[in-house]
Amino acid sequence: MNAIFKASDAALSRRSLLRAMGGIGIGLVIGADLAPLGSAALAATPEPAAFNPFVRIGPDGTVTVIIKHLDLGQGTATGLATLVAEEMDADWAKIRTEFAPLNPQLYGNKIFGGAQGTGGSTAMAASFDVYRRAGATARAMLLEAGAKALNVPADAITITSGTLIAGPKSVTFGELAEAAAKEKVPQDPPLKQAANYALVGKDGTHRVDNVAKTSGTATYTQDVKLPGMLVAVVAHPPRFGAKAGKVDDAAARAVKGVEAVVVVPQGVAVLARTTHAAMKGRDALKVEWNEAGAEKRGTDALRAEYRALLGQKGNVAESEGNVDAAFAHPGVKVVEADFEFPYLAHAPMEPMNAVAQITGDRVTVWTASQFPSADAPGAAAAAGTSPDKVTINSLWAGGSFGRRAVATADFVVEAVSIAKAHGKGVPVKLVWTREDDMKAGYYRPMYLHRVKAAVDAAGKPVAWQHHVVGQSILSGTFFEKMMVVNNIDATSVEGATEMGYEVPNRHVELTSPKTGVPVLWWRSVGHTHTAYAVETMIDQLAKAAGKDPVAFRMDIIKDPRLKAVLALVAEKARWGTSLEPGRFRGVAAHKSFNTYVAEVAEITLLDKGYRVDRVVAAVDCGFVVNPDVVRAQVEGGVGFGLGHAMQDAITLTDGVVDQANFDTYEPLRMSQMPKVEVHIMPSTQPPTGIGEPGVPPIAPAVANALFAATGKPILNLPFNRQTIGS
Amino acid sequence: MPITLSINGQPRAVEADPDTPLLWVLRDELDLTGTKFGCGQALCGACTVHVDGTAVRSCQTAVGDVGAGKITTIEGINSREAQAVQAAWRALDVVQCGYCQSGQIMSAVALLTDNKKPSDSDIDAAMDGNVCRCATYQRVRAAIHDAARRLEA
Ligand code: FES
Ligand code: FES
Repeated sequence: MNAIFKASDAALSRRSLLRAMGGIGIGLVIGADLAPLGSAALAATPEPAAFNPFVRIGPDGTVTVIIKHLDLGQGTATGLATLVAEEMDADWAKIRTEFAPLNPQLYGNKIFGGAQGTGGSTAMAASFDVYRRAGATARAMLLEAGAKALNVPADAITITSGTLIAGPKSVTFGELAEAAAKEKVPQDPPLKQAANYALVGKDGTHRVDNVAKTSGTATYTQDVKLPGMLVAVVAHPPRFGAKAGKVDDAAARAVKGVEAVVVVPQGVAVLARTTHAAMKGRDALKVEWNEAGAEKRGTDALRAEYRALLGQKGNVAESEGNVDAAFAHPGVKVVEADFEFPYLAHAPMEPMNAVAQITGDRVTVWTASQFPSADAPGAAAAAGTSPDKVTINSLWAGGSFGRRAVATADFVVEAVSIAKAHGKGVPVKLVWTREDDMKAGYYRPMYLHRVKAAVDAAGKPVAWQHHVVGQSILSGTFFEKMMVVNNIDATSVEGATEMGYEVPNRHVELTSPKTGVPVLWWRSVGHTHTAYAVETMIDQLAKAAGKDPVAFRMDIIKDPRLKAVLALVAEKARWGTSLEPGRFRGVAAHKSFNTYVAEVAEITLLDKGYRVDRVVAAVDCGFVVNPDVVRAQVEGGVGFGLGHAMQDAITLTDGVVDQANFDTYEPLRMSQMPKVEVHIMPSTQPPTGIGEPGVPPIAPAVANALFAATGKPILNLPFNRQTIGS
Repeated sequence: MPITLSINGQPRAVEADPDTPLLWVLRDELDLTGTKFGCGQALCGACTVHVDGTAVRSCQTAVGDVGAGKITTIEGINSREAQAVQAAWRALDVVQCGYCQSGQIMSAVALLTDNKKPSDSDIDAAMDGNVCRCATYQRVRAAIHDAARRLEA
């Protein structure tokens, strides 16, 4: 309650306090869409009425939807708000959103066992019913209150765009809000029939964050400014696991604006009045690092170790039939390949950051909190208090791709540790530079795969043996108990296990070596590498069988939904028709997070390298709430996946990360973006995820196009211009 | 030392060393946080502002070098081109996480101010310095074409 957001703006801080005191009454809810508010607006800002933990209505008719998943750009705020607006028959133009405060009882994710968090493309699947019911409940209460206000029976009322109408009489949501919120909460409010949807499944509901994000007013962690706040920039050790030894901070303290230098477990923090002063202070630090126990292996050494492990036995993740017997069968054609996937950084546009303030035994954190259920205990431990003393105010995230959901809450813990070490009770904003962000670890692990597969004389796959070597993402986290079974971290092999193709003899093994490099899920997790190995091997098998890649897949796909997206993409991409000389197509189809995506990439082979001209995608993510959000996620997923397939890798030399900024870790740029065409499969199945599933097929689709062009399979990622030539 | 800048049409006096990047003066001293920090090395375009109508990377522009140059930030754009760009961006739902979008919009406005009908390769040339990790490029391109059409009308 002591939290004041951008207190330089008195109107805003008052408003924040009002909100904190009213409504759902748990901590401070910061507006996700902080619309410009003048002092005139302040005078007219009475408390909005809370209908349930997800819906509030203000006297001006503004409907605020509390969003329990973080919107990292994937459109969750828009999607969940659409469900509420639909059930309420609200006016879409009057919908606002706010991110939920820390409160797993109210805002937990049922797919995460009730933990509050966002990931695994679960938001819509986990919350579809919750938000429909929240909207329907509010509608029923408004209807009750409206019947009294208009003095007509409830069934004589129709609701259109936030207005209740009975004959000549009408009343708005805003006018009814206060009274309606006091109505009895109905137990089982009727939900709309899909046939009557006006917003859900339709185009035309523009994103709720559209205006704020095109006018510079959307507030990110980086933008938080509080009274007395200091900015902290940290000298981190050059190697993972090293600790600060001797520190000479005299020059740093002499920098104008620097207020303090503190040593924390994560490094040495310079606190200053401005970001620039903190950066200058850090540059002036002299730190000796204690590297006992630090990871000193480079990627070359790790690769050699992993390669040796590929030749040994791993833990069995899946086994069916008898692969050895199948390989020994006369007449089979065997294809073997070793694949290599590098470490990858998430590198979201907003480098990691968090603001922390310790007041007595309370900790308040401002950050785009993707995993409040991890950030809260992390913050509490760093402050030496209990998780119930933690308040988290969540803001818009400038991307994440998985990076903001960390079991160790690394950057939140760092911010709180600095605030604790500083000990003055003032808010501290931890700012990572791009270089800090790039070198901080929590990468998509480096993986090596060895695959041996065979087709029989009839051209059907008969055996598939697959060994994956790479660090476990889940081991050592609180997910380990739930999700690591018999030494198998499912996220290391998902997609290689439960393969979408009919292969009678299958054997998948996993070896999970440990290194000092922190690893994490990265947009589409295990599917980032398993889909590549599987889908490029399938093309190699098709070639061995003398079959067309689409026809070969159609014969062996088990799941009719995967088959249907493949058929759709083949049709839309005009698969099999001829292309101009120098142009080639490749295809890949993959199920991840219960969503089915098939993509066809069209490439042009250049004198040196290649260009991806066009990508056609077909997607089945069940019932679609916002078709345009689905299209946007697949477009973005294709671009994100393509950039990494073409040009990105994190490498280490003697334990030191080689990349630092966007010159050495090159994001895909405008001129490299292909035309992406997205086709959505109509469906009445329950909605599934869309933030991630567009990613896995793109790299293998492009690789398969290059395979078609050159006859050479591509086994190492990234496959950049230098390594491909016609 | 005190420096007077022209920002969004207003003179603003700030206390800053001349070597301070304009980006940090805007964000930390003037609370104009619509201009974003993405890389600090002129590699991503998130910090793009206009100085006398030209798109510049404020992270690599020392505040002491701006002189009498007229600075415009995302908070201060209101030209016909700017209105067309913002309208197109909203109509096409370009944004995802949004963090790069102030910079994208500032670059697009500068492009359209100089070139009323940019081709795809003009767009590539003008926009390649603006990274979008969410890869909204296809919509950025479409929105620039759409804004150009709006400007014709
Ligand atoms: S922050 Fe200036 S170009 Fe990236
Ligand atoms: S919209 Fe996320 S970086 Fe561009």
